[in-house]
Amino acid sequence: MFSRAYKTAVTLPPLLWVTIFLLMPYLLMFCYSFWSVSTSQTIVHSWTLDNYRELLRVNVYWQTLLRSMWIAARVTMFSLLLGFPLAYFLSFYAGNKKDLLYQFVIIPLWVSYLVRAYAWKTILGSDGVLNTLLQYVHLTKHPLEFLLYSPFAVVLTLTHIYTPFAFLPIYAALEHIPRNLVEASQDLGASPRQTFWKVILPLSIPGVVAGATFAFVLSLGDFLAPLLLGGPSGIMISNIVVSLFGAAYNWPLGAAISLCMLALVLSLLFLSERLEKRWSFS
Amino acid sequence: MNSAANLTGASPLLSIRNVAKQFGKNIVLRDISLDVAEGEFLTILGESGSGKTTLLRIIAGFESASAGEVWMGAERLDQQPPYRRRVNTVFQNYALFPHLTVEENVAYGLRVAKRPEAEIVSRVAEALDRVKMSAHAKKKPSKISGGQQQRIALARALVNRPQLLLLDEPLSALDANLRRQMQVELKSLQREVGISFIFVTHDQEEAMVMSDRIALLRSGELEQIASPREIYGRPATAYVAQFIGHTNLLRCDVRAGVVSCVPLSWSAKLPDGPALFSLRPENIRMATGHAAPEGSVRVRGKVCQQAFQGATELIRVECGNGLMLMVRIAGGSLPMNEVELEFLSSDAIPVRESPERI
Repeated sequence: MFSRAYKTAVTLPPLLWVTIFLLMPYLLMFCYSFWSVSTSQTIVHSWTLDNYRELLRVNVYWQTLLRSMWIAARVTMFSLLLGFPLAYFLSFYAGNKKDLLYQFVIIPLWVSYLVRAYAWKTILGSDGVLNTLLQYVHLTKHPLEFLLYSPFAVVLTLTHIYTPFAFLPIYAALEHIPRNLVEASQDLGASPRQTFWKVILPLSIPGVVAGATFAFVLSLGDFLAPLLLGGPSGIMISNIVVSLFGAAYNWPLGAAISLCMLALVLSLLFLSERLEKRWSFS
Repeated sequence: MNSAANLTGASPLLSIRNVAKQFGKNIVLRDISLDVAEGEFLTILGESGSGKTTLLRIIAGFESASAGEVWMGAERLDQQPPYRRRVNTVFQNYALFPHLTVEENVAYGLRVAKRPEAEIVSRVAEALDRVKMSAHAKKKPSKISGGQQQRIALARALVNRPQLLLLDEPLSALDANLRRQMQVELKSLQREVGISFIFVTHDQEEAMVMSDRIALLRSGELEQIASPREIYGRPATAYVAQFIGHTNLLRCDVRAGVVSCVPLSWSAKLPDGPALFSLRPENIRMATGHAAPEGSVRVRGKVCQQAFQGATELIRVECGNGLMLMVRIAGGSLPMNEVELEFLSSDAIPVRESPERI
């Protein structure tokens, strides 16, 4: 069919791209994580496990990793709690307004992440919209301090930002459910509630798993929301990586932490793919 | 239970009264009234767009009627949600739950009704056995063939012992041979369980083979409801006559008890004016002997087409004055040219016009 030269010409560019911009950096990072920094701030190219030992020994690293996972878990939970009912409503009850409402969910994705994060800063700050309002209606006497620069603010902002990512695959899965299955269920005597639990929910599981994976993985690696709104108590693992590669100039330790996150994320993706396969039937 | 015996029974199982349905400005059903007897196999026959599926969905509860009522015994059905109606449906594409096994699909109705587990197990086994699918109980629906899925859909509905089973073109996805086989199976299954079936199809042969009665819908109106023999032998309208089997439609003029459709004429007790007659091709034969017997009509013509169809042949005979007659003769006849035809005037059935509807 196609000549060998043609095939090579077509496949070579993407292959080179993947090699230079993906595989090489990962390989480099892998190497860095086994190197070290000398007292004179130069990279020592001899193999050592010190970085990984450091990671386990110094509390702040693994505690921040755990906190990041906990934040990501909450973001995932809230994104699903918001995204699923929204997707369910749109898919089953929105009728001819479906497309319009769908656009409303998607539009925020066109707005820059930074703008959305700053918007929350304006809302949650001590002189922000929310505190002003609360004091105006005399619900509180003083500004609530926990609103901004806290894990709460990070979870709130990330939930806002990543809910559309959870929504989309759930919506797609719900749209894929043949409506005659819902009718068949009712026909066999199942109430709307029974139909939801026995037919709609099980058949939407691949979408829920994909949505949860998006929300968790994306928020786990987030560093802007904690930087802007997290304060000292809302620091996440990516902020530590950023500082290790920057001011702290400890690339090897930064690389080791990054690799741990990468391993975590990859195993999650693997798990979620298994789950999706297990629950898809078409 | 003998289904035919119940046709004249006292109170009908299901009674559809003046049901109409409109989607926006689009009228889908107008003023449909019909009764279904206990144990009856009723077929709703019609072309696509005739409203047959909509009528079935109104009975099942997936659509609401714009006007009219549906009664089941002493119970008003059309005001209840589908899950409260003691009616089950076999869907066109079976609508089996893909995440459940064959067995779990069949058990679904009993599970949601919270029947005791032991009862569920025995009834599911019985239902699977009835449709000869016990060997496939643990499989997922995607792992069995179309015909097998069809049987499961049937078992899933019948296991609930409904008084009335609705079937929405259940055989249309099967290939011709399997389809004929399933027609026979379905019919004998219906006799065996003795419940009423309302069967929707666009296939007139299927309707003839299976039904106790056929309700023929056209553009949302009921053209005729009658047994297959009657609807074929005594079609009420020109549309019915043409839709079910082949026919010759004769546009005639009646004057003083004489029907004329040049070059044909015969006597009939009908009022003066234009009239329409249906004459089946198999009721016309080759004339033999010299004189036409009492009550028969003879006409000479030229054969212009001869189509071999196996057991029979359909020939078209030009009889002059633009009159073309279709005639069914025995298969394997020699090519013919000039023929003399004969039919009994009582075989020409007066039918009503079927005006165009939008």
